[in-house]
Amino acid sequence: MSSETKQILTTDGIPLEVSLKKAERRNKIKAFLLVAPLLFFLIITYVFPIGDMLMRSVDDKMVTNMLPKTFKAMETWDGQELPEEEVFEAFYLDFRQLVDNKQEGKLSTQLNYTKNGFKSIIKKLRRKSKNFEEGNYKEQIMAVHKRWADVEYWKAIKRRAPAFTGQKYLKGMDMYKNESGEIVSVEEDRRIHRVLWLRTLEIAFFVTVFCFLMAYPIAHLLATLPMKYSNLLMICVLLPFWTSLLVRTASWMILLQQQGVVNDFFVMIGLVADDARPEMMFNKTGSYVAMTQILLPFMVLPLYSVMKTISPSLMRAGKSLGGTPFVAFWKVYFPLTIPGIGAGCLLVFILAIGYYITPALVGGASGTLISNQIAYHMKSTLDWSFASAMGLMLLSGVLVIYWIYNKIVGIDNIKLG
Amino acid sequence: MALPKYTEPHYRIWHYVYLTICGAVFFFLIAPLFVIFPLSFNAEEFLSFSDGMKSLDPDAFSLRWYKDMIYGTKNPWGLAAKNSFIIAIFATIGSVILGTVAALGLSSRHMPYKGLIMAVLISPMIVPLIISGVAIFFFMAKAGLAATHTGIVLAHIILGTPFVVITVTATLSGFDHSVTRAAASLGSHPVNTFMKITLPLILPGVISGGLFAFVTSFDEVVVVLFLAGLENTTIPIQMWTGLREQLSPTILAVATCLIILSTLILVTAELLRRRSERLRGINR
Repeated sequence: MSSETKQILTTDGIPLEVSLKKAERRNKIKAFLLVAPLLFFLIITYVFPIGDMLMRSVDDKMVTNMLPKTFKAMETWDGQELPEEEVFEAFYLDFRQLVDNKQEGKLSTQLNYTKNGFKSIIKKLRRKSKNFEEGNYKEQIMAVHKRWADVEYWKAIKRRAPAFTGQKYLKGMDMYKNESGEIVSVEEDRRIHRVLWLRTLEIAFFVTVFCFLMAYPIAHLLATLPMKYSNLLMICVLLPFWTSLLVRTASWMILLQQQGVVNDFFVMIGLVADDARPEMMFNKTGSYVAMTQILLPFMVLPLYSVMKTISPSLMRAGKSLGGTPFVAFWKVYFPLTIPGIGAGCLLVFILAIGYYITPALVGGASGTLISNQIAYHMKSTLDWSFASAMGLMLLSGVLVIYWIYNKIVGIDNIKLG
Repeated sequence: MALPKYTEPHYRIWHYVYLTICGAVFFFLIAPLFVIFPLSFNAEEFLSFSDGMKSLDPDAFSLRWYKDMIYGTKNPWGLAAKNSFIIAIFATIGSVILGTVAALGLSSRHMPYKGLIMAVLISPMIVPLIISGVAIFFFMAKAGLAATHTGIVLAHIILGTPFVVITVTATLSGFDHSVTRAAASLGSHPVNTFMKITLPLILPGVISGGLFAFVTSFDEVVVVLFLAGLENTTIPIQMWTGLREQLSPTILAVATCLIILSTLILVTAELLRRRSERLRGINR
């Protein structure tokens, strides 16, 4: 900046640069104040709660808070031999407190997660501990059951001392920390979560592929037809788009059931025998068919909006330069539609990967996705910390995809119909 | 799309194959919706076409499921419809106000950290609903708003605002800011300028954003499943319960009404979109 420009003054005698900066700052504040209500509303009601999920997913304070004296006494214990009398005394005092507050049931459930066999010995301890005499708690507790004299059970208690744990995330991947602290996988036949993750990816991937294969020709037709026809056909895309998800799922339930319209039609044209109607619902087929139809508009609309901008003269130029229509399409038209393909595929994939309602209704046991497992833990087992952990694992996957989406298409280019 | 006369035969065949494929996909998209209409007039209790319906026997058709929907004593559809409309209307008003104001700020060229803030504002649209549901449930449970209308309205405002922000920002991108400066130079107060100049011009975008917010709320089931108590039941919740437990044709009667409603919304949204494009001078 030269010295001459600095000397320009406004009518108030303030240097122009200062005055402009002030106006700029005022405009910035004004713009921010407009955004602020929504921003703060979302931060409080939405962004913080997602942070809360993160806290819940690693929170393991329950046992820590139930046995404070025990864990304090255990700090000096080396974890090899049976602990000293002071640990037993602290455990007895904590345990009496829990029994007085009727909390010992929760403790036994929690410790049983860590090591099987705690339930019965805690019940027994509760009964016997009423008649304990003062002093020498080690002998008295060990006399209740032989497992109380087993150092493995005391090690299991000590493992619950930290207030935070990554155990829920390991469980989401069908892994756990064994007694010597190594991370290992659960037995082959109990790996339910890995199956679900893989199935979620598989269904989301194939639904995206099917949507792409079906959407590309019709988006092309819509973009090339004269306006008066394409507007009419556009209704076929937009009406499902605006119709309630549950209505569309209901219609698929009617169509796909064993006595349903599709099966009736197959029997009528002689494709299948009347007594051998195939199961098309409550399995993967149901999830595939219904999800493809429901997500199809999300693929058509971005493709259409990109194809609309491609001038038809480009194809004509390609052909006039000697390309066959197929070559002209493949070398000229198709590369130009790639931004639309990227947008549509990632949109459908992100939506499919988090799908819940449709798989729950038409998917049966073999067609449910990871979202159904999250909902199950939220509503049935009430293991909210596990639901949070799985939710966050899913969210981090989605954010990675979203990041790619942003790189390819840009966040501002999202179009709605 | 007529083909020129000189088209070679194999391209001609390919062209008809292509049209057939397109026809099949359009059929796949739209046909499932039309199965619901005739079945909702079924005189029997089954969800498939009876022999009477196939031979168009008038006795096989009836309005009994519509009567059941409206007058059925055990049916919660009345309460559900009332709740759905109340929640959707308040959620729409909230989303439109918050979203429009935020969009005005966002489209100002002075806005700092635009990308980051935009990402936060539209995040409820990107994050899978099940995760939003869990997070919002934790918040509402802590705030003591679970199983209240207020809680559900707030949740739907969260889910609805991204649509308003996006549509209004899009409308504002073609907005000529010199008209507001002209108003200001003529001595108009900014609020007055907004009401008299800006709002009428961006109204199509605001209304179509509002329609999105309305449909989002009216159709929303995942988050409501976590939040609603018996008193707050909505149409989607009733449909969800019905589809899981007793699949009765009454659901189809309700579904038919919902399809008619969505047709009305579609027509409104399309008219608005065209008007908005005309106003912004986009001619295609």
